[in-house]
Amino acid sequence: MTHVAKPDQLLEKLATDLNNLLEQRGIDNPLMVGIHTGGAWLAEKLHALLNIKQPLATLDISFYRDDFSRIGMNPQVKASRLPPQVENIHIILVDDVLQTGRTIRAAMNELFDYGRPASITLACLIERSGRELPIQADAVGQILELNDHEEIKLTGPEPLAWEIKRLDKAP
Amino acid sequence: MSRLLIQNGRVIDPANNLDQVTNIYISDGKIFAVGDACEGFQADQTIEATGHYVIPGIVDICARLREPGLEYKADIASETVAATSAGITTLCIPPDTDPVIDEPAVVELIHRKVKNAGHANVVALGALTLGLKGEYLSEMAALKTAGCVGLSNARSPVHNTLVISRAFEYAATHNMTVFIEANDPWLSNKGCAHEGPVSTRLGLPPIPYSAETASIAHYLELITDTNVRAHFCRLSCARSVEMINQAKTMGLNVTADVSAHQLHLTEMDISSFNSQCHVIPPLRNQRDRDALRTGISHNILSAICSDHQPHEIDAKQAPFPATEPGISALETLLPLTLRLVNDGQMNLTTAISKLTKEPAEILGINRGTLSQNAAADICIINPATEWTLDANSLISQGRNTPFHGWNFTGKVSQTLIDGKVIYSAN
Amino acid sequence: MVNKATRKTDNMIGKDLWNIQLDNNGNLKHLLTIEGLSTEMLTSILDTAETFAGVNESVKKVPLLRGKTIVNLFFEASTRTRTTFELAAKRLSADVLNINISTSATSKGESLLDTLRNLEAMQCDMFIVRHESSGTAHFIANHVAPHISVLNAGDGRHAHPTQALLDMFTIRRNKGADFGKLRVAIVGDLLHSRVARSQIHALNILNTGEIRVVAPKTLLPKDIEQMGVSVYHDIQSGIKDADVVIMLRLQKERMQGALLPSEQEYFQLYGLTEERLKAAKPDAIVMHPGPINRGVEIDSTVADGPQSVILNQVTYGIAVRMAVMSMTLGSHSTSDDKQRKSS
Repeated sequence: MTHVAKPDQLLEKLATDLNNLLEQRGIDNPLMVGIHTGGAWLAEKLHALLNIKQPLATLDISFYRDDFSRIGMNPQVKASRLPPQVENIHIILVDDVLQTGRTIRAAMNELFDYGRPASITLACLIERSGRELPIQADAVGQILELNDHEEIKLTGPEPLAWEIKRLDKAP
Repeated sequence: MSRLLIQNGRVIDPANNLDQVTNIYISDGKIFAVGDACEGFQADQTIEATGHYVIPGIVDICARLREPGLEYKADIASETVAATSAGITTLCIPPDTDPVIDEPAVVELIHRKVKNAGHANVVALGALTLGLKGEYLSEMAALKTAGCVGLSNARSPVHNTLVISRAFEYAATHNMTVFIEANDPWLSNKGCAHEGPVSTRLGLPPIPYSAETASIAHYLELITDTNVRAHFCRLSCARSVEMINQAKTMGLNVTADVSAHQLHLTEMDISSFNSQCHVIPPLRNQRDRDALRTGISHNILSAICSDHQPHEIDAKQAPFPATEPGISALETLLPLTLRLVNDGQMNLTTAISKLTKEPAEILGINRGTLSQNAAADICIINPATEWTLDANSLISQGRNTPFHGWNFTGKVSQTLIDGKVIYSAN
Repeated sequence: MVNKATRKTDNMIGKDLWNIQLDNNGNLKHLLTIEGLSTEMLTSILDTAETFAGVNESVKKVPLLRGKTIVNLFFEASTRTRTTFELAAKRLSADVLNINISTSATSKGESLLDTLRNLEAMQCDMFIVRHESSGTAHFIANHVAPHISVLNAGDGRHAHPTQALLDMFTIRRNKGADFGKLRVAIVGDLLHSRVARSQIHALNILNTGEIRVVAPKTLLPKDIEQMGVSVYHDIQSGIKDADVVIMLRLQKERMQGALLPSEQEYFQLYGLTEERLKAAKPDAIVMHPGPINRGVEIDSTVADGPQSVILNQVTYGIAVRMAVMSMTLGSHSTSDDKQRKSS
């Protein structure tokens, strides 16, 4: 397995990359949206690092998941905290690990139920192998090659750390 | 003629205060003698009964056979076969058949069907009032001549007290016993469960104690007044037992019975909306159940009956209040009674007496005894057989029992009616 | 009671009343009664409802139950309750089928089981049942195909669990999560009230400080104290220092069964007026499961007054029912699948 840098180190890199990207795209005053739970922790820090004026928003995609029929209701479901409407707003969507792309698909569906954003920029701390949908991140902390039976998970909020484990059987 | 010997059984005959290992000699369908030896008796057939109880055939004071009228539930043929398999040799049926037993033709029809079936004996109660409507007297003398052993209005109310009083007087004139199912219809008011913590919790329409006790009090005054011989059926309350005891102490000519399930179940058993425990009168609380048990062991109550009510499957497949009350109970009458003996709740002689001698006396029939010349109706029991009740294996056409899965000790091995072996377990 | 030691359990008699509500993993499969649910389960339902309350205020509709078919099976007329269930189902993107069956129609031929079999054949996922007989929801839950969830929307006098949950939600929103310091008074026709029975169970499970019931003896079921309440026959002392006053609806038919002499006398003795409400704590809230009989059990000035949360109850009803629907329909997955994640 390749070496994984500490989350806080990756955060700084991600913040820099993101800052450049926003400048390049001419986006000012974006809305930062963290996906529960790991993405929300990261978004809080990024929000401070990038000095974003709009209040931080959070998203719980439990009601939008495509695997509800198989795994049921998330017992730790949290309320989404978004401004009443996101019409024509530039959004930075933040998550910890991009793997299958299904979470991001659900998150974008939910965002569109609130309105039609001007753009969505996806920032992920780790982009790993295992994509099942045509989704990619715009800003990334680290790209990681992992086997199907390996799982990486962010633990936190203080301190942020990686938990890597091998699943007993391949999913 | 055929001569039969049952030898070496433990013969228990409460009518003759007999409980000893001995022989029974049967000739021409009647008891010829009971004793260790009978000179000159040449048996055509011998039944070896070592280790078995030999008791008079059981007399069940209340069983509904569903015929005539509700043959889709059960019929005389199916239920009399079930009865003999459970040691019951005589059944008494209430008059609430369709048509109602309020004229001799119906009694004759039933007797004919029973004869054709060729199993348990059946005696009938005649309707106290015409069509059980509580308005006009039935032809009681004619019903008696046709073979009715008593009179009853079953569960149908007689609202006019004057009609009750006159019916009692007329019954007394003909020396007939009236069988009373004490229930105040206003107080029971479409209820389906005992009024108490369980009905409150489940929100089931309740039946208060007073539905039974106020009715008993009302009838006791009319019995006192008319001097009719009366039998109270299927008591459910501790207070009812007390009232019957007081009435008997005061010299009133009353008796009472209880159904076997009331001696075992309580309101707790309906707490999962178990429709198999939907019975009328309702299952009450543990104190009532204990008082009913004491009523039996202290001889306040005279008989334990099945209150047999076979149903088709659909009758119990509905929300609790919409199900039909009653248990298919012929095949659990003896097992439930023996269970009280095995649990030390009463002695064996008392238990047998409540199933044989005393109900026969209430019905005024010369059965339920092993006296010389009595009909040789006999039940032979293996007291050691351990078995588990399976509702699906009931012989009765009704499979509605709450006792599915219960373990019992003691099982009928042979049943004789009029000296003939009608049922044999093997 | 039956001797448990010698009794074999089997599927005819061994099933406990409330345990059929939970699946093998302890998840909620049906909601039939509040009785027997754990404090954690109630809290979890209320927490989930909290998030749905957020949905109701923002996007209105989420795709969670898309492709599921929910049947409103009402054997007893009720527009209000049926509507809130329908709205909850639609906000979860489920398909909703409303079936109103008058009980007279079923008694004419088709049995309840026949009706169920027919609906099952239409590949439904959930039955929401209201029926005039106590125990109907249990009966249905015991007889439906294993993939179907049953929600009790009121059975006879027995239970109305979603109403009780929305009432708990309302109390929690107004008074906080610590029920231990609350005194709750339930006033009115407890005899016929499935709502009150479910409320009492829920309040007890949430460890409410004191639960009082207030009614004349004719409107109280026997031995109700055994459900864990204290009994009052006088409203003034019954609601004294209460934090929550719940008024129950008085059906007009009650005069006929000789339960009460008149609506006028009932209002005089048990009606909630502004003057009477002063006996409760100054910040007490007033609740009512609706529909209200103004001038019978509650005065208009109270029903529309500052302490009334009656309309909030209606709003919260949708979120609570969304929570229950998604939790029960989500319980059908296998534990194997639960380990699978997507990120």
